[in-house]
Order: sequence, then C-alpha cells, then structure tokens
Amino acid sequence: MIVRILGEGQYDLDDAAVDKLNQLDAAVETACKGTDEAVFDAALEALLDGVRSMGTAHPVDAIDSSDLILPGPGSTLAEVSEMLGDEGLIPG
Amino acid sequence: MSVMKRLSLVFKAKANKALDKAEDPREVLDYSYQKQLQMLQQVRRGVADVATSRKRVELQINGLKQQSDKLTQQAQKAIEMNREDLAREALTRKSGLTQQMNDLNTQLATLQGEEEKLTLAQQRLQAKVESFRTKKETIKATYTAAEAQTRINEAISGIGEEMGDVGMAMQRAEDKTLEMQARAGAVDELLASGALDDLTAGPTDDITRQLDALSSTSDVEAELAALKGINAPQQTQALPGADANAPVIDVESTEKKAEQ
Repeated sequence: MIVRILGEGQYDLDDAAVDKLNQLDAAVETACKGTDEAVFDAALEALLDGVRSMGTAHPVDAIDSSDLILPGPGSTLAEVSEMLGDEGLIPG
Repeated sequence: MSVMKRLSLVFKAKANKALDKAEDPREVLDYSYQKQLQMLQQVRRGVADVATSRKRVELQINGLKQQSDKLTQQAQKAIEMNREDLAREALTRKSGLTQQMNDLNTQLATLQGEEEKLTLAQQRLQAKVESFRTKKETIKATYTAAEAQTRINEAISGIGEEMGDVGMAMQRAEDKTLEMQARAGAVDELLASGALDDLTAGPTDDITRQLDALSSTSDVEAELAALKGINAPQQTQALPGADANAPVIDVESTEKKAEQ
C-alpha cells in the first residue's frame, strides 16, 4: 500500500503496518473533531512517525497514485479542514 | 471516514475531472505534460522567490546587528565616562533591537524551512515529470486509444497527485513569503527613515552628541597625556628594533625627564 505524506513524498507499507496505522488515524480523526491544536498536532505527528518508521520510501521517479494521503507535518486543524472542504486540494 | 481516506478521495476527484475533459485520452497525456512543465517553471520561480526573501531578512538582521553593536559600544563608552544614565538609555534601545532581531531570526528559520521543502518538492516533481515523458511516448506508440485508457488514467492520477502536493507546498511558501515581505517592509522603512540609524539623535537625550562632547573632552585629555609621555613607553616596546629616529629619541628624553 502506498501512503503519501503531503510535502514529503510517498511510502510503501505492508498490510500489517496499515492495521497499526488505523489506530493512530482514529486518534487523528477524533482530534479533528475537537478544537485543541496541541492534541491534534501530537496525534498527527504520531501517525506520520508511524508511516515513516514502518514504511519505506517509494521510488521518486515512479508515477503511482497513493492509496492514502496524509496532511504534512505541522498542519493545523484549520488547514486540514480547508483541504477537506469544497475547494479541494488541487488549484484549478 | 478517516482523515487519510477523505484526503485521498479529494485528490482522486480532481484527477478524474482532468480526464473527463478529453475526447481522445491520449490527448490528455500531452496536455498534462504541458501543465507539468509549467508547474516545474512555477516551482523554480517559487524557490527563487523564497531565496530572495530569505536573503532580504538576512540583510536586515545584519543591519540590526550593526545598530545593536553600536549601542553596546556607546553604553561601554558611557560607563567609562561615568554616565550610567546614558549607558542605561543605550542598553534600553538595544534591547528593543534585540527583540526585533529575535523576531527576524524566527522568520529566517521559517523561510529556510520553506526553501528547503520547496527545493525537495521541485526535485521530486522533476523526477516524476521526466518519467512521465517516457511513459507518455510509450503509451502513445504502443496502444490504441481504447487500450491506452487504463494506463493513461494511472499515469494522470499519479502525476496529478504529485502536482497537487507540489501546488500546496508552493502556495504555502508563497503565503509565508508574502507575510515576511509585509513585515520586512516595515523594518526596511524603519531602517530607511533613519529611525534606527538616528536612535541617538533625540533633541534632549542624544547619546551620541553627549558622548561626543564628553569624548572630545577626554580625547583632549588623552592627547595631553600622550604629549606628556604617559603612553610613550608602550610605543617604544612596540618598536623594539626601531632605529634612533626622532620620536623614539623624544620619548626617551621624556622618560628621563620623568625620572629626574
């Protein structure tokens, strides 16, 4: 499975790793519903660290869509909700 | 639904929109490639813009540092002349500058970070665009329009995702740069208007003027002392191999007079 961290690149992960990541993702999801930036920041950082440590870098010249896409490190709650909003991510 | 799944769907929706527009899917390849090249250009410009902003902040930090050093020297001089009030004033102004320098240093770190990220994004995009070009030619040469569809979809959504990612990195860097420029403009104005340069040029509490007045007095004293030969022994030590030229003779005779 290919996971992209925005601003960082793509990682290859096996299914076992993805199972573990789902738990971390659930924490991010919960934090997303709240308003506490610190909680969200910590949850996101844990998820990103999980991807980095369990995954291997996907070849940089490979053109593959990711199965999952994650906000980059340091993203704020506002930025993430903007990304998920109607405007979408890709300008134009 | 989880954040990562939702985010992936947003990207996919955008990529699909691009595909829907074309009649012959192979046309999409060329169109997309043109877009990619444009994007690469934009990213290069973006990197250059951030670098320019960074250099400007560096220059401002240097400017403030010079002002700050000057105030330190003034404070030192004021202390030597037993003018604690002047020293205090100089140090107070210096602490204001220090605060501003700290702020600029934070900005500098942010810009350096953005520059680095954008440079890496550019390298990633560059690698993918090159690989897309090869893939595009292969697809066009090997497959009929109908057969090519799946491969084109894959390539377009893959590169589309990268472009979206890079586009966001660029937007972010641009926002940061604009933010910095607005603030940097204020510091520039401050430097240009002489507000920092002439910090010491107030009408009544002019540190420089007062120090100048004091130091011209003390300079006269120092010169008088030199004439009396108080500093002269150091000069002879500094020129141990000097021949019996006029100044040395003078100094020696002054010393003898002092001993007598």
